[in-house]
Amino acid sequence: MTWQIILGIWMSGVVIASFIYMPATQGLGEMGRIIVYHVPAAWIAVLAYLMAMVNSIHYLRKREIRFDRQAQVNAELGTIFCILATVTGAIWSKGAWGAYWNWDPRQTSIAVLLMIYAAYFVLRSAISDSDMRARLSAVYAVLAFLTVPFLVFIVPRVYYSLHPDLELVNLAERSFEMDRQMLVVFLASVFGFSGLYLWLYNIQKRFEILFYKKATMRRF
Amino acid sequence: MISNFPWLSRGLAVLRKDLRIEFRTRYAYSALLMFAITTLVTVSFSVGGFLAGPEMTDIAAALLWIILFFSAMAGLSRTFVQEEESGTVIALKMAAEPEPVYVGKYLFNVVLLFSLTVLVVPLFIVMLNLSVVLVGGFLATVFLGAMGLAGASTILAAIVAKAGAKGSLMTVLAFPILLPLLLGAISATRTALGGGSPEAINTDLLMLFFYNGVALAASLLLFEYVWNE
Repeated sequence: MTWQIILGIWMSGVVIASFIYMPATQGLGEMGRIIVYHVPAAWIAVLAYLMAMVNSIHYLRKREIRFDRQAQVNAELGTIFCILATVTGAIWSKGAWGAYWNWDPRQTSIAVLLMIYAAYFVLRSAISDSDMRARLSAVYAVLAFLTVPFLVFIVPRVYYSLHPDLELVNLAERSFEMDRQMLVVFLASVFGFSGLYLWLYNIQKRFEILFYKKATMRRF
Repeated sequence: MISNFPWLSRGLAVLRKDLRIEFRTRYAYSALLMFAITTLVTVSFSVGGFLAGPEMTDIAAALLWIILFFSAMAGLSRTFVQEEESGTVIALKMAAEPEPVYVGKYLFNVVLLFSLTVLVVPLFIVMLNLSVVLVGGFLATVFLGAMGLAGASTILAAIVAKAGAKGSLMTVLAFPILLPLLLGAISATRTALGGGSPEAINTDLLMLFFYNGVALAASLLLFEYVWNE
């Protein structure tokens, strides 16, 4: 329980600091504050999706059902954080580019990423046998992950992206003091989000194990 | 010569079997063809008269691949669903290893899609009054695009058949995976129809080629996990 309280205080601190302690970024202005929420959410989404694929491969090799549950939990958490990244990105896009959604290459690739995992959940819900579901969804997760490089490679080549990169925001024509203040809040946010992910992952995994136990007990 | 590659020669045997079954009923091919013709007629009837100006190539390229994608979804899942329906899966499992089965089904889908594009693509060009500027590039795009559609759809068809062939599952699963291929194919088709600089088609064709390679290699590696219980 202590860790959850610490995490709560930590995240509240990050929220307050992002508005009071952190200076407005040059170029992006007040809109730049969203970097404290948008980038860590995207980072956690990528991490969770990667873990989902790693667990899927583990399942195919070892055929232990716990890897399937870990893959599912990671895919769920990845989708939640991916939606958060999409929404914060769209809000920022309204302020900076003038429209919530304009099919910038980054928006295209994140939309496809969401669609891939939406299809993954549809596939999971379509199969009732748990071993079959684990096997087929693991194959689909690996297959889907292999198309991501194509999206990363082709989409930015065909269309020019306006999405700012991190080093662009941080380093261009900025005093050292401002950089450091921003970096402190940003890194604190990344730590907070990572803690949040680990906590959610732990709860969700325990829930899935109990749910599975209940389901098997009912059968006999 | 061909007997030096056991996967290929056994795969060809599976292909021969599937072609024979297909010739008896012609169900998959009819479904594929009728779907494509229906969409093509609808498209031509509704927007054919308005296609003019510089945006014409963009719209025509997108429409062509929308027609091909959805027709492929309508017909390509038949290969495995038909095995499940007629109860011949177990016999096929005993007769061949997973990889030759995959190769055979893949080749069957390629043959099916090629015989579709041979009819639909010329019709599309005629009905929408298009002129192909880069003939070689256009043929290569259609060839690689159809191969890629078949390559990625085959393993998805196996997944869908195992999942109990639920209605629209195939389209839902295939769209995100085929999207890179479709984006590349649409971009290459636009160039071949005369939009943009002709050199741009090379990178797109290279992308389609690598997509084919990745889809085929990944499917061969993963098919065993779908096919075997």
